[in-house]
Amino acid sequence: MHLKYESQLREPLVYGTKTYHDVTEDIVRPIEAKPSKLWYIGFYIAVALLLFGVYALYRDVTYGIGQWNLNKTIGWGWDITNFVWWVGIGHAGTLISAILLLFRQGWRTGVNRAAEAMTIFAVMCAGQFPIWHMGRVWMAFFVLPYANTRGPLWVNFNSPLLWDVFAISTYFTVSLLFWYSGLLPDLATVRDRAKTKLRKHLYGVASFGWTGSTKHWQRHESLSLVLAGLSTPLVLSVHTIVSFDFATSVVPGWHTTIFPPYFVAGAIFSGFAMVQTLMVIIRKVFGMQDYITMGHIEAMNKVIVLTGSIVGVAYLTELFMGWYSQNKYEGYTFWYSRANLFSPYGWSYWGMMACNVLSPQIFWFRKMRRNLFVTFFMSVIVNIGMWFERFVIIVTSLYRDYLPSAWSVYYSPTIWEIGFYTGTFGLFFTCFFLFAKYFPVIAIAEIKYVLKTTGESYKDKMGHLEHVAPDVFAHSGHGHTVVENDGSN
Amino acid sequence: MAKKKFVVGCFDDEATLFPAVKKVRTAGYKIHDVYTPFAVHGLDHALGLRETSLHTAGFIYGITGTSTALGCISWILSYDWPLNIGGKPHFALPAWIPITFELTVLFAAVGMVLTFCYLCQLSPFIKKHHFHARATDDLFVMVIETTDKTNVDDLTSFLSNAGAVETDVQIAEAGWWLGRYDKDEVPFQNKIVAA
Repeated sequence: MHLKYESQLREPLVYGTKTYHDVTEDIVRPIEAKPSKLWYIGFYIAVALLLFGVYALYRDVTYGIGQWNLNKTIGWGWDITNFVWWVGIGHAGTLISAILLLFRQGWRTGVNRAAEAMTIFAVMCAGQFPIWHMGRVWMAFFVLPYANTRGPLWVNFNSPLLWDVFAISTYFTVSLLFWYSGLLPDLATVRDRAKTKLRKHLYGVASFGWTGSTKHWQRHESLSLVLAGLSTPLVLSVHTIVSFDFATSVVPGWHTTIFPPYFVAGAIFSGFAMVQTLMVIIRKVFGMQDYITMGHIEAMNKVIVLTGSIVGVAYLTELFMGWYSQNKYEGYTFWYSRANLFSPYGWSYWGMMACNVLSPQIFWFRKMRRNLFVTFFMSVIVNIGMWFERFVIIVTSLYRDYLPSAWSVYYSPTIWEIGFYTGTFGLFFTCFFLFAKYFPVIAIAEIKYVLKTTGESYKDKMGHLEHVAPDVFAHSGHGHTVVENDGSN
Repeated sequence: MAKKKFVVGCFDDEATLFPAVKKVRTAGYKIHDVYTPFAVHGLDHALGLRETSLHTAGFIYGITGTSTALGCISWILSYDWPLNIGGKPHFALPAWIPITFELTVLFAAVGMVLTFCYLCQLSPFIKKHHFHARATDDLFVMVIETTDKTNVDDLTSFLSNAGAVETDVQIAEAGWWLGRYDKDEVPFQNKIVAA
């Protein structure tokens, strides 16, 4: 039983006068229509980037990762930066679908499906970097713990890099299951509307024969709730473990206890920014303005300004500790290698500060939070800033270590390193374009579930209840969905 | 599994569905199932379905994951091949917590989803009888199982009076994949639970 009435103070989550059937029509339309010219252009660009990435990787395997500009001092460069960046982006989807589900944030229904898809594609992109960075990629299976013929010499379970293997693969699997189990009812909706035999067959296979039985829905609800409960600590653990890759080392600039919460906040920050980028495009291209409303955009901008500020506090705390610890290596890293604009990589630190900490403060103004252009622009800026953050953490800690003779300032990426990165963009957007064409980008069943409480026309009909005294309201039958009468009236 | 005769009543609003469910059950008909386009909260109680114990299964899978991880890692690192890693203890429990946690979540999630698919008999390439194509769009489809004694015409008009916008009689094999539910089950308790 849930409250049927929602305060008029809350913005509607679905605009317009809509019935359940209209919701189906609106969301399934892009799947049933021919893709637009824009879709083809975007898709071909994505495939072209992907192919260039594949070529860069072919060279990588043929010539070795020496074709990247890494050297003995800067052993981690763009590749690990990109890995952490993509994993961070991959945090928003599960956060939206799991944590916001537990917090009963109704607005998640409009954006969760696309955000979860984005998560899965982002984690796929992230996974590429550590795998190809191994160099002899055909030996990648060495990271798996199995009774092998080398002893059996096991993997080192005490190593954060192995924790990463478990964390990322678990995260990918659980996100995929969460996403797909939520998709089953919506794929069944597409199946039951299909006009052609092939379409009916394909969506029939994809929807696993979903019927919508009450018992199945009951189990489905239980499954979603428990998966949300499991995913919530999982999301936090994954980026915590990624931060352990750095924090458990003794390199100045990495060896800090603040890393886990700081990385998690940064991940949510960049993930929401990527969701914004995609949502602004989707609502425009597919005409989903009634479902992805300004209220949704504003809510996500609020999360962005919050997490951006948390990240800002973390940066300042690091600087403070660089001085307060009176450790000269820490001090050198934070105050010379990073915060000094005129040091070799100082530009990246200040780029990060400007993009991540200063510019999101614009979202304290409601007008800015509800401005689509500002939102889109800021979402790109934030992701540039978050890329800088990872670059700062990795490269500025490495390039001047304890031994001045090993110092190196000559790290700049080669075209193949850049090509690999843009190749993952290709992979991400190829997957996303295909998803947007063949899957419902908004959770149809979940929108129907909230329609009669938060849909604009239904809210309007209930407006008069604002003036009813509370005790009258509680006994008038509006309080709960379950109708107690025997149908005689 | 034998084919059975079902009377199908479609409702277009959950506000009429709930009283109708109650009426049909009070009249003594056996509701085979109600197919809905989304999760209608309280409908399972109105039908007298018992709570699912899927979450209990999830808990069991979870602790299986925990014990698998702890068992394997401790056997490997402190018995099978004890490696000296910087002079640290062979039994380094704190360092194993991340992987133990991940495997707990992994086992619970995978196990629950597989159990869910098994219980609901969901799988690719499975054919099921769908009583109404709009059950996944905008109709709440109540399916009532008939016996030899049921007067189908009476039941149909009874459903129309209860608010069904569309009624229909279908002879179908509403059985389940693998025939697991071949036996006639009693899907709900006899007493009507006040929702």
